[in-house]
Amino acid sequence: MTKILLSGNEAIARGAYEAGVRVASAYPGTPSTEIFENLPQYHEVLYSEWAPNEKVATEVAYGASIAGVRSLCAMKHVGLNVAADPLFTAAYNGVSGGFVVVSADDPSMHSSQNEQDNRHYAKAAKIAMLEPSDSQECLDYTKAAYEISERFDMPVLLRITTRVAHSKSLVLFGEREERPVEPYKRNVRKNVCTPANAYQNHPKVEKNLKELEAWACESPLNRMEIKGSRLGVISASIAYQYAKEVFPEDTSFLKLGITNPLPMDLIRRFAEKVDQLMVIEELDPFMEEQIRAAGIPCSGKEQTGLLYEMNPQILKEKIFGEKPQTADLGVSAVSRPPVLCPGCPHRGFFYTMSRHKDFVIAGDIGCYTLGASAPLNALDSVLCMGGGFTAAMGMAKAFAMTGRTDKKVFGVLGDSTFFHSGMTGAAEIAYNKGNVIPVVLDNHITGMTGHQENPGSGYTLQGEIAASLKIEDILKAYGFEHVIIVDPQDLAAMENAVQEALSSEVPAAIIARRPCLLIKRIRHEIGLCRVDAEKCIGCKKCLSVGCPAIMVKDKKARIDENQCVGCTVCAQVCPMGAIRKEDE
Amino acid sequence: MMSEVRSALLVGVGGQGAILTAKVLVNGLMQAGYDVKMSEVHGMSQRGGSVSTQVRWGEKVYSPLIGKGAADIIVAFEKMEAVRYADYLKPDGIAVINDYAMMSSSIAAGLAEYPEGTIEAMQAHFDCRILNAEAIAKEVGSTRCMNIVLFGSLVGALGLEEIDWETVIAETVPAKFREMNLAAYRAGRAAVV
Repeated sequence: MTKILLSGNEAIARGAYEAGVRVASAYPGTPSTEIFENLPQYHEVLYSEWAPNEKVATEVAYGASIAGVRSLCAMKHVGLNVAADPLFTAAYNGVSGGFVVVSADDPSMHSSQNEQDNRHYAKAAKIAMLEPSDSQECLDYTKAAYEISERFDMPVLLRITTRVAHSKSLVLFGEREERPVEPYKRNVRKNVCTPANAYQNHPKVEKNLKELEAWACESPLNRMEIKGSRLGVISASIAYQYAKEVFPEDTSFLKLGITNPLPMDLIRRFAEKVDQLMVIEELDPFMEEQIRAAGIPCSGKEQTGLLYEMNPQILKEKIFGEKPQTADLGVSAVSRPPVLCPGCPHRGFFYTMSRHKDFVIAGDIGCYTLGASAPLNALDSVLCMGGGFTAAMGMAKAFAMTGRTDKKVFGVLGDSTFFHSGMTGAAEIAYNKGNVIPVVLDNHITGMTGHQENPGSGYTLQGEIAASLKIEDILKAYGFEHVIIVDPQDLAAMENAVQEALSSEVPAAIIARRPCLLIKRIRHEIGLCRVDAEKCIGCKKCLSVGCPAIMVKDKKARIDENQCVGCTVCAQVCPMGAIRKEDE
Repeated sequence: MMSEVRSALLVGVGGQGAILTAKVLVNGLMQAGYDVKMSEVHGMSQRGGSVSTQVRWGEKVYSPLIGKGAADIIVAFEKMEAVRYADYLKPDGIAVINDYAMMSSSIAAGLAEYPEGTIEAMQAHFDCRILNAEAIAKEVGSTRCMNIVLFGSLVGALGLEEIDWETVIAETVPAKFREMNLAAYRAGRAAVV
């Protein structure tokens, strides 16, 4: 069989298929998203879905485990914060069918709001953790994770990082293992987490972890590569690949695949074979601290540091003091931050908000986080998924309690985020009489992660037509009697909607509704705007909408024909009427 | 086969097609029997941001990532991006630079100016191959094959002669664009010799 070039995420999807997984549920999040985008190809034997959030996904997958089948869920690192509640108790109850949770961490925050090291979750939840270092291991470890889950009666955390998830390397496929279907039996002692049952389950968890640790000391997932006695390196995940490239030929390695519980006897045996021991790991000293605590001298973090993604050159510099040879060009590149696309429906909303100095706007996680960037500068805070409505609530209450009543507070989030965890925030505002206008930017898709379906989009992950939940009906049911639906690309209507909501006698909410232009199944009307150079006075007002298709050169506005889609937002702000859509 | 690992860094602006170019390179290297690793950027940085795709090949490749001062070749789809990633090039590395400028949002908004003299600065320090891939692509059919023009230049500069790249391209691109892409490849290759 020939090897195929696969990303780590594609290989995990393949591994789940080969392991005989039947049910899989996830919420999209970079860098984990492609795992689930690669599951529908197996839909005849493996059901996969986008859940409204990571907690739901984890519960659905765990429910499938209770029903006796192998199941999978996946999320980005911060998603596991949302899913931590079911995970910690699933650890006590244990599994029936193998249950694997993928956490995709993002060192260097390529597409994330923090750099948390989710290895701590495995230790805190007292579950097994596997860390693959390339795509072949992503496939193999996924299968091994199911064996471990069932053998030791626990969920398994498969922890990857951006580089493992998105790097491509060669993979050899195996066959799918068809699992026998056992008759379902109710097991209250195991599966109902009453205090009395949990009391009995905790010792079982500790015992299983001990047994797993002993097993891990002999497992081929952890291996010694003895090359010399001078220096030994303990490493796992992608850091192992960097270390292999950088350390001298005579360095011995202990390459760990199972990193919770750490196989301490094996580590001790390895330590005895070498004069000096180093631990090479990204982010926190997760392994190093435990190894030291076990009385085994080692070093690592004092040289490699706690911050950001590693690469071979960084290791060379930090461990061996080899600085890269670089040239001072005397010219530097201007930063190229991500921006809202030309024609993005969020632009009209944020432009409108940017005109009001007395607005305080709590934003959320999604493409619309870019509303914070210059020149729009239209967000005061962004915290986490679903935090837009609720942080706005806290700010409004604080303003009210301290007499700063001139502030008009808005909470802003997208459709997918509304279903994820914005709904509870809407309930909070309605219930506790928040002086907050909730705004849902409804573009009918989960945008930033690459266009995944959600409960409002009308389709499922497997491409089936689904119920399309109506955000306005939900808001009305919560008590927002006045729900204003507006096309954000019509700036006058957008401004009216904002004023109408602010002056409403009854609780009001806004839905700014227009589909994302990048949704492929929708036929979008694409046009082109042109500048009449005679009329343009070079006032640069059009630049205030922050569109990458428009610039001012030689004191005249210019529109890049390759980028413009004819949304007319710039034309609407031009005081001279110098910008017109073609054929108008 | 060489045992030494070689590294190519393809840099540009989100949407310029660097990933397809990397795919053609990787397909050829795999057919030639090399171990290959490739790394690309997804997510937020794709929205008009600076993007890089890394390809490493040899008998055995460990790291998918290239560190500073470690790339054998940089292919810059946009000239300011060459400057941004110049630190990653080996002192004796080659820079293939598309003489093509794309404004960033901060430049378009008038908050910054596009730097002057990017190509000259690169030429002062590195072995550079400069081409106008957009003009060449237009000549052979469409600006859409600009990335394959640049791929031709990459092959021309690196001299990976043992691989039948025309067959690889024919197998990688859609059939109806095959002839145009082959012409783009040949023109890109000729442009840097």
